[in-house]
Order: sequence, then C-alpha cells, then structure tokens
Amino acid sequence: MDLLRFITAGSVDDGKSTLIGRLLYDTDSIKVDQLATIQKQSKNKGEGEIDLALFTDGLRAEREQGITIDVAYKYFNTEKRKFIIADAPGHIQYTRNMVTGASNSDLIIILIDARLGVIEQTRRHSIIASLLQIPHVVVTINKMDMVGYSEEVYNNIVIEYSKIAQQLNIKDVTFIPISALQGDNIVNPSENTPWYKGETLLHLLENIDVAHDVNYTDPRFPVQYVIRPQVDELHDYRGYAGKVISGTYKKGDAVTVLPDGIDSVIEAVEVHGEEVEEAFAPQSAVIRLKDDIDINRGDVIVTKSSSPKVSQDIEATLCWMDTRPLIPGNKYLLQVQSKRVRCIVKEINYKLDVNTLEKIENIDQAGLNDVVHVTIKTAAPVVFDSYNKLRANGGAILIDETAHTTVGACMLI
Amino acid sequence: MPSKLDYLDLLEAESIHIMREVAGQFERPALLFSGGKDSITLVQLALKAFKPGKIPFPLVHIDTGHNFPEALEYRDRLAEETGAKLIVRKVEDTIKAKGLKEPGGKFASRNALQSYTLLDTIEEFGFDACIGGARRDEEKARAKERIFSVRDEFGQWDPKKQRPELWNLYNGKIAKGENVRVFPISNWVELDVWNYIKREGVELPSIYFTHEREVLVHGEFLVANSPYIRIDEGDIIEKRNVRYRTVGDMTCTAAVESTASNIDDIIAEINRTNISERGETRIDDQVSEAAMEDRKKNGYF
Ligand SMILES: Nc1nc2c(ncn2[C@@H]2O[C@H](COP(=O)(O)OP(=O)(O)O)[C@@H](O)[C@H]2O)c(=O)[nH]1
Ligand SMILES: [Mg+2]
Repeated sequence: MDLLRFITAGSVDDGKSTLIGRLLYDTDSIKVDQLATIQKQSKNKGEGEIDLALFTDGLRAEREQGITIDVAYKYFNTEKRKFIIADAPGHIQYTRNMVTGASNSDLIIILIDARLGVIEQTRRHSIIASLLQIPHVVVTINKMDMVGYSEEVYNNIVIEYSKIAQQLNIKDVTFIPISALQGDNIVNPSENTPWYKGETLLHLLENIDVAHDVNYTDPRFPVQYVIRPQVDELHDYRGYAGKVISGTYKKGDAVTVLPDGIDSVIEAVEVHGEEVEEAFAPQSAVIRLKDDIDINRGDVIVTKSSSPKVSQDIEATLCWMDTRPLIPGNKYLLQVQSKRVRCIVKEINYKLDVNTLEKIENIDQAGLNDVVHVTIKTAAPVVFDSYNKLRANGGAILIDETAHTTVGACMLI
Repeated sequence: MPSKLDYLDLLEAESIHIMREVAGQFERPALLFSGGKDSITLVQLALKAFKPGKIPFPLVHIDTGHNFPEALEYRDRLAEETGAKLIVRKVEDTIKAKGLKEPGGKFASRNALQSYTLLDTIEEFGFDACIGGARRDEEKARAKERIFSVRDEFGQWDPKKQRPELWNLYNGKIAKGENVRVFPISNWVELDVWNYIKREGVELPSIYFTHEREVLVHGEFLVANSPYIRIDEGDIIEKRNVRYRTVGDMTCTAAVESTASNIDDIIAEINRTNISERGETRIDDQVSEAAMEDRKKNGYF
C-alpha cells in the first residue's frame, strides 16, 4: 500500500464536494455517526436526501455561506492506497487556496459540468495545474445524468479540453464521464455509459504510476538540523539531519556542500539511527561526512553528478497571497527548503492572466491571487532548481518581514 | 507502479521532516504529551528523528488530575527510558492560583481548564513551539488545520489568519509572545497510528487493551467509575470487559466493550466498527457541531 495525494478542482456547483463525499461513501470511509451528523445537517438545510457535500464543508463560516473557503484535507484508503484529498475552492478569489492545495498534489481531478462544457474556470484550473506541475490530470465530466449520459456531449468536451491540454503542454490527461450524485463510474463501472470503455475514477486513482514522479537522479539534501549527541561514547558524532528531496545518497559518494562549495565524501548514511546502504527520496535521513567541516541548517549536500543553481539573482513565477499588494522594491524573507534569506522583489516583469495565459506588461503591483513573473535579489546565495525541471527543489515561499505571514508562493525559474 | 516506499514509511518520513523543522526553526520547542496513543506516536517519531541524539525538547504533560493511573505510570517510565526531560503542570494548581471555578455536572470535565494551565506553562518556559498529536481526520474543524498553526498570546486560533502552507515548506516565523502549534501527524488517520504502533512494536499503556472495569453505563457510553464523576440514583454500574480507543481524562473518555488483547485484535476491531473514534469515545464533543471549532479558538490544543 502506498500513498497518493490529489486535489479536486471545479467551479461552484460542479459537484466537487459531492464527488469527494461519493468517493468516501462508496469506499465505506464514512462512519455511521458522521453520517448521522450529515443527515441531521441535511435536514437543517431543508434538503430532502442526504447531502454528501456536507461531509467536506468544515468550518462554520462555510456551512453558513454554503461554500468552501479554505483547503480541507480528507482521507480514505483502499487495499491498494492511502489517499489524501485536498479539497480547495474554485472561485477566482481563492486562487491562492488552490495553488496551496496543488503544491503537494500528485494528481488533479478537474470537474466539468456536462451541461456547461469547458468554461473559463476549467481553463484557469488547468493553467494552475500546469504552473504547479501536477504530474497527472484527470478530467471528470460530471452530471452525465443530466445530459442523458450522452456520448456526443462527452466526446465534444473531450475534444474541446484536449486543445487546452495541448496548449498548456499537459501530458498525462485522462477523461472519465461520471455522475457524482448517482455514482456512475466513480467506484463501479456504469451501465448508463456502455460506450465508455475506460476505467472508473477509483480504479485510476488506485493504479496510476506514482513511482516515476519521484526524481532519483538529481540528489538534493537540505540540512535541517545538526545532530550532536554530546555524550562521551559519541563524542565526535556529527550527523546532518534532513530529507532526501530527490535522488539517492550512498556511503562513499563524493559530495559538495552548497552554497559554499566545500567538497567531502559521505562516511555513512543513516535512516532512523541505523546505517543503510543508501537513502533515497523522499526518505528522512542523516548523513555523516568524512571531513570535519562547518555545515549549518540551510546548507544543501549534493553529489558531483548533478548541480543545482546557486545564485542571488532569481526569477520566479509567483502567486501573491496577501491582501496588501506586492510592490517592486519591497523586502521579504525567501524560504527555499530549510534556508531563509532576506530578499528584495526588484521587478514585476509581467502579470499572467490565469484565465487566458496572456502576459500583461507594465504592471506596477500585484494583488491578492495575482500570478506574476518577478525578479528577486537575495542577500545571500540560494541553492535551488528550476521548478519545471525538479519540482521538489524549485518551490519557495515569501514571508512578510514584520507580519511574518506567508505572502507569496514562488515557482523558481 | 506503486512508489518504492510503503505508506507508513512515507507518513513517517514526512513527520520526521516536520519534527526536525521544529528543532531547526525554534529556540524553545516542547512536545505536548497526553499519554494517549497519538502523543506516544509523536515520541516514537521524535526518537527516530534525532537518533543517536536525544529528543532535543522536553515532554510537557498538562495533568488534569483526572488521568488514568496507568497513563501516568507509562508517562514516567517513557521519560526515564528515553532520557527525555519531563515537565508536568497541574490543572489543580491553576484552579487554586487563579481561583477558577471547578466545572460541575455529572462528568465534570477539566478539559476546558487545561487551556489555562497550558498557556501558563508556555509562558513560564517561554515555549515558542508546541508539538501536538492532533490529526486532521479527527474532526471537521481540524480538517483545515495547518501543520504549523500560529497562536497569539492568548493561545487563540483564527481560521481566517491561517498561513498558506505550500510544498513541504513550513513558516514558523513568529513575533514575541506568539507561539506555534505543530501537528506532525496531521495526515495520519487512526488506523495509520495503530498500524505504525504495531510495526514499530511500540509499547502502550495497559488500558488500551481489554481489561475488566467497573463502568457507568450512560446511554451508549461506558464511563470508568472514578471519584471524578457523579453517581446518581438509578445509575447503572456494571463490570464490563473494555478497552480504551483513545486516552484522555477519565471523566470524558468513554471505553469500548472489547476483548482485544493485542494490537492485531484492536486493528481488526477498528476495521469492523463503523463509528468514528471521536463519536465513540469523546463525550464532550457531542454537545454541538461547532464545539471543537469554538474550543480551538480559545486555545485548546
Ligand atoms: N444531477 C446531478 N447533480 C449533481 C451531481 N453532482 C453534484 N450535483 C449537485 O450539484 C450541486 C452542487 O454540488 P457540490 O458538490 O456542492 O458542488 P461544489 O460547489 O463543486 O462543491 C448539489 O446540489 C449537488 O447535489 C451529479 O452528478 N448529478
Ligand atoms: Mg464544495
């Protein structure tokens, strides 16, 4: 049994919450007392049958307004996999929430209302999926029951969406005709769509290849913490604790510690206090080096075989997440893995229209939910990779220096 | 193709990464230890994260005075065996010092008062991060909780002020007086915890396994007979074979009828049962739908 993280996207009322509720319900993941609570709330809301959507709509404000305003995480599992669902809202004013949910996802389910076909939101959600480099896209054409399970309607949407996928260079796309409400092709193949020969949604989620999403070729090990037991029997022990975010590490590997560029050789690789043959992504491990060098949190141990970028001048695609605007010249903290440095956002080169991918030039500030291309100067060298080449080491956040809030999500270029 | 690592390995790797972020980002972190299986799991993860070093932060127990003796015994032994520093602060003392009103009622729970003692303890030691064992699957209001969750000086949680949490980057930057609650096992569900405990061979307090106990039969709940609950005329008190699915206070944690004497039995039982952990065991959550959300805003773990 392994793990798959996915996000669901769709515009309001496309049936996102119902779909998640359905997945949980049909895999027996909803307990009777939780069901009873939903039943009670369904009545409070004055709706006849049970509203599966209520299972995911958590906070009170949302219950009152009847919309999803934050990312909610839901869990279920089958024999094959454990699933972590990020349920993020779809309105344009919640782009940041969707970016947040998408950042960790291996897969995105994009819902399309069969009656409406591809709409502006579909395009926007696909653009976000491609910006965040979510490896797998599943387009579920929902509410098929409301279009008489028409193959023609389905085919037209497939054709239309394929154009977007091509334009955005989205490689792995699968289409499934479903009814979240009736349960067609979610867990069980539907008799209503005999013309559909593909797999059900759950079957796809259970079997999609995630092993190949992990990079095993470009070793990156950001040091989080230095372990120095300071007891007599381990007097000289100095272990660098961190997570192998990509690649593999073995005893004897020639390594370089960045940003300073000091060379050494791996003396031992340990996982949970035991020496191992090798550690690989995404394991948490401890690396010990042959030489006694000064290494701190934020340094990155890499091998000679593959080098990341080390620079103080960075370009990034950035999603702004704060209500106060981003103005060129503003100073922030940039966090890449365990490294935090002061930085200045020197320029906003252009803004990306997330509905059309159009570049809008001559922008003097970025507001909440805007996606912009920026040039950043950092106070010290930063070790990173291009997000599009190595997703695991290309994400960064901007932190407000005084309010300390996370104000921007950067896909480094 | 499935991934090279098993789901428990993946969850563990993520949790250890979070533990190390805490040690790396904060000056005075602490691990809030309740004696329950979730916080026992946290200790196991912390041990693994810092091997061969010791856990670089103390275990803090906010003792309501209504604990199961077995849980306290376990706590002391754990601290001794792991060499971790243990700090215990008593709700009883806060009640006296602050002249707080003892809660009344049949199952008078000091659960709400714990927040006061916790905030005082945070202040006393200047803790800037408190690691807790909450999981997002426990309750709806928790489903949106961040892994690093910032609290103000009053311990308050504001759902609107939550920081976006992207990739595996955690922002633990805070102002003086603020602190962060960190939840390394956010993405675990109850069964993940049990399966992990089984895999790791972690020892648990004996009350997690079947034992005969005198209980008050209160509707569908079985509550341990103890000096801390009020027995009224007509109450049914019986001896039953029970175990605890979660361990909190004697006054507000219900037992479940069970013959499970080892972890495998427990996992099998949980797979069969169709009631959630909270629904089956937490008497205090039944009050209102928004109960948890309200308590969280007021500094509850
Ligand atoms: N007929 C039909 N109605 C659906 C289907 N899926 C969702 N709905 C209804 O569409 C409405 C919006 O669904 P909801 O899940 O709340 O949408 P969300 O805003 O995307 O989360 C609700 O009334 C659902 O019952 C479907 O497959 N068929
Ligand atoms: Mg919804």
